[in-house]
Amino acid sequence: MDFYLFVSIALFAIGAIGAMTRKNMIVLLMCIELMLNAVNLMLVTFSTFYGNGDAQIFVFFTMVVAAAEATVGLSIIIMAYRNLKSIDIDMYNQLKN
Amino acid sequence: MSLQIISIILGSLTLASALLVVFSKHPVRSVIYLVVTFFFITSMYIMMNAQFLAIVNMIVYAGAIMVLFLFVLMLLNLNKEAEPVTTKGSQLAAFIAGGSLFLVLITALKDTLTLGQTYRAHNDQIGLVKQLGNLLFTKYLVAFEITSILFIAAMVGAILLAKREKQIIE
Repeated sequence: MDFYLFVSIALFAIGAIGAMTRKNMIVLLMCIELMLNAVNLMLVTFSTFYGNGDAQIFVFFTMVVAAAEATVGLSIIIMAYRNLKSIDIDMYNQLKN
Repeated sequence: MSLQIISIILGSLTLASALLVVFSKHPVRSVIYLVVTFFFITSMYIMMNAQFLAIVNMIVYAGAIMVLFLFVLMLLNLNKEAEPVTTKGSQLAAFIAGGSLFLVLITALKDTLTLGQTYRAHNDQIGLVKQLGNLLFTKYLVAFEITSILFIAAMVGAILLAKREKQIIE
C-alpha cells in the first residue's frame, strides 16, 4: 500500500509538468484534474492507513468541487474561444475584449 | 504478496497512461488516456477497499467530466495544425521544476513511506457505503447541503458564460 503513496506523488509531479509544458488550454485543465486525482489517491491511502473515514468524505467533496470547477472552466474556455478563435494559453492574457 | 504485485502493476500502468496524457500531441488522445488513468485509479480504490469512492470516481470523473471535456473538444473543432507548442527551453525548465517537486515530496514523505506498515489499521470496513453514508449525513451534513448551493452557482455560471453574447444583448 505504500506504493500507492509513491504513485500519487509521481502523478502529482506528472500533472505539474503537464500544466507547465502544454499550451493547449483544455489539456491544461486536464492536467489540473490529474493533480486533483493524485491528491485524492493520497488522501484515500492515508485514510486506509489510519482507519478513519473522514478523509474519504473529504475526497468526496473534492470530487464535487472538481466537477463544478471543470464545468465553469470549460464554459470560460468556450466563451474565450468565440472571441479569440484560439485555445493557445498565450492568447489568454486578457479576458476582457 | 500477490496483492503487492498487482498494486505495483496497477501503479506503473497508471503512471504510464498519465505520461501519455501529458505527452500525446492530439487533445482527443489526451482525453482518452485520461479516462484510462481514471480507470486505473478506480481500480486502486477498489484494491484499498474504498468501494464508495471507486464507484463515485468512475461515475463522476470517467463518466461525466471526461465526456464534458470530449464534447468541448469536438465543439471547438480544432485541427492538428492549431496545436500550440512550447519552446524547448521552457520545456526543460518545466521538467526540472517538476522533477524537483517530485524529489521534495518524496523526501517529505520518506518516513511515511517506510512507517506506513506499522500504522496499518485493522478496520477495513471504512470505505463501504454504509459507513461513509453514516458519516456524511451526520457529521458532515451542513457541508453536504452547502455543496448543493455550489452546484447551483456553478450551473448558473456555466449557462451564463457559455451563452452567445448576442442573446445577452437582446
